[in-house]
Amino acid sequence: MAMLSYERKYRVRGGTLLGGDLFDFWIGPFFVGFFGVTGLFFTVLGTALVIYGAAIGPTWNIWQINIAPPDISYGLKLAPLKEGGLWQIITMCALGSFGSWALREVEICRKLGIGYHVPIAFSMAIFAYFTLEVIRPLLMGAWGYGFPYGILSHLDWVSNTGYQYLHFHYNPAHMLAVTFFFTTTLALAMHGGLILSSTNPGKGEMVKTPEHEDTFFRDTIGYSIGTLGVHRLGWFLALAAGFWSAVCIVISGPFWTQGWPEWWGWWLNLPVWR
Amino acid sequence: MKTVLSVAGAALALFLTIAMFGGAGWTHPPMANKQTGFRGTGMDLIRTRAGNEELAEANRAPPPADPADASGDKASAVYENVQVLGDLSAEQFNRVMVSITEWVAPQQGCTYCHSTENMASDELYQKRVARRMLQMTQYVNSTWKENHVHEAGVTCYTCHRGNPVPANIWFDTPPPGASSKFIPRNNGQNRASANVGLTSLPYGVFDEYYAKKDLPDSFVRVNATTALPESKSKPIQDAERTFAIMITMSQALGVNCTFCHNTRSVAQWETSTPNRVHAWYGVKMVRELNADYMRPLTTTFPAARLGPTGDVAKISCATCHNGANKPLNGAKVIEPYPELAHPTTQVSLPVGEAKDPIPGTTTPTPKPPM
Repeated sequence: MAMLSYERKYRVRGGTLLGGDLFDFWIGPFFVGFFGVTGLFFTVLGTALVIYGAAIGPTWNIWQINIAPPDISYGLKLAPLKEGGLWQIITMCALGSFGSWALREVEICRKLGIGYHVPIAFSMAIFAYFTLEVIRPLLMGAWGYGFPYGILSHLDWVSNTGYQYLHFHYNPAHMLAVTFFFTTTLALAMHGGLILSSTNPGKGEMVKTPEHEDTFFRDTIGYSIGTLGVHRLGWFLALAAGFWSAVCIVISGPFWTQGWPEWWGWWLNLPVWR
Repeated sequence: MKTVLSVAGAALALFLTIAMFGGAGWTHPPMANKQTGFRGTGMDLIRTRAGNEELAEANRAPPPADPADASGDKASAVYENVQVLGDLSAEQFNRVMVSITEWVAPQQGCTYCHSTENMASDELYQKRVARRMLQMTQYVNSTWKENHVHEAGVTCYTCHRGNPVPANIWFDTPPPGASSKFIPRNNGQNRASANVGLTSLPYGVFDEYYAKKDLPDSFVRVNATTALPESKSKPIQDAERTFAIMITMSQALGVNCTFCHNTRSVAQWETSTPNRVHAWYGVKMVRELNADYMRPLTTTFPAARLGPTGDVAKISCATCHNGANKPLNGAKVIEPYPELAHPTTQVSLPVGEAKDPIPGTTTPTPKPPM
């Protein structure tokens, strides 16, 4: 993996959060850093434990391997390794490696002198995971409320946890999250389409500029958000999707125990038409 | 203009936010933990500790009456016209009568059922209904002991809770569009009825599921059993009807879907919990009670006690369960009342002209769909 001629000038020392010069180097194209090392440690340990969990489990079928959290009766205590303890350690490893990855991104941002938008965006995904596996179980009072690690088993958990509230699509925060997810893909598709259209104008035509791009949306909907603005919008939409996902699950249980359709009683009971 | 609109918009948003936070009925931890499936499957009962205590308090069984002497003359010898409980001693008989008064008509007293001039008279419809209800109680506690009510059993109080008419009864739903010419057909749905948890699902599902005895077991089933369609499948309306009746059960028992089902495949018995078996028998029981005990009483009740289509009050899961998965917290209410645990005598169905209810008692009208 040869380095491009100008790439070297960006590979500067310093900017680390922890560890000083200790791991401040690159291996091939990859920056290592203190958090690269901790990330690798947690990833290898966590993956090894998943494989160990599969080995002591009933199947090697990749779809059916299941590392389940402890029984609810263990509450917030540590559980025996084979009865959910593995899940607890793997969760710690997952958070360790996700956090390391985010902090490694921060260090790279600092080296380059750029903003922290990428690690902040990634942190929203970590926050959603942290909410599912840590915050909500803490509020519910048992680690057993976290989702299990397994391709099909975690989907069964999603199904059952949804049906704990009879019809999860009535969850208002879930509605917002789903709307933001779809809007994110819509915005990305429109943005991608717009850039491709102005850079592929057809044979014999000049490649077009942002003026054309702006004009397209001004003609269509009367407003163009602009070249920088569209990225602010995309960043916001994607983060909002993750944020409301976290909200929709953390309110399910700790702050709402009935069916989600019943939540809308407040709307039906508004004094305007009650 | 712009300012006015902004202020109005902000005020509306503020008002809706307050209504949403204050009016929805949010709860908060600590939670009461109950797991219904294997760890990690997400099969749990979701209740707060406070909500759980409130539910237990609302479903506390009343203390049983002191036991009565079994010796002495039989009730049938001492009193006239004792058709069901005649084999008891007069003292035991009076004990049951006093208990029934406390269970069913604590405010109205003996005269809710008995004529003051002649206690033995069947003049009041309430007495004729009560006799049939005694037999129903015996039937439930014997025939359905093994599969549904177990050692807990039921007494009059299980449903009545101190009310002459139990709170959670149902009547047939009047056909849609009766009051409005604008919605002649709504497929019986989209009314946000409390029965179906304020969903848009069909609200008149009790008529379809609980009124008849001879429904095939496949009636509720809508899932395909083959990978590809091999015949005409059931319409989407059937799936909505099934979802609706399931939600009514969930509301009646204060539980969620995972109390009975692993929703990865709701139809599969192997992955369901034992609670589903109880529920399955419970549905059969409700159908029999409605067809064999309630429906034949239609002419015994006065018109004021009948529903909007002239049908008799009927039973659903909620009638006994009243929001708890074990009625009266699973207390063994039948133990102190062995006379209600088995059929005693066979008597014919009550007959006689219906009379108006006693003044001062209220007839609950069926809840209109919201």
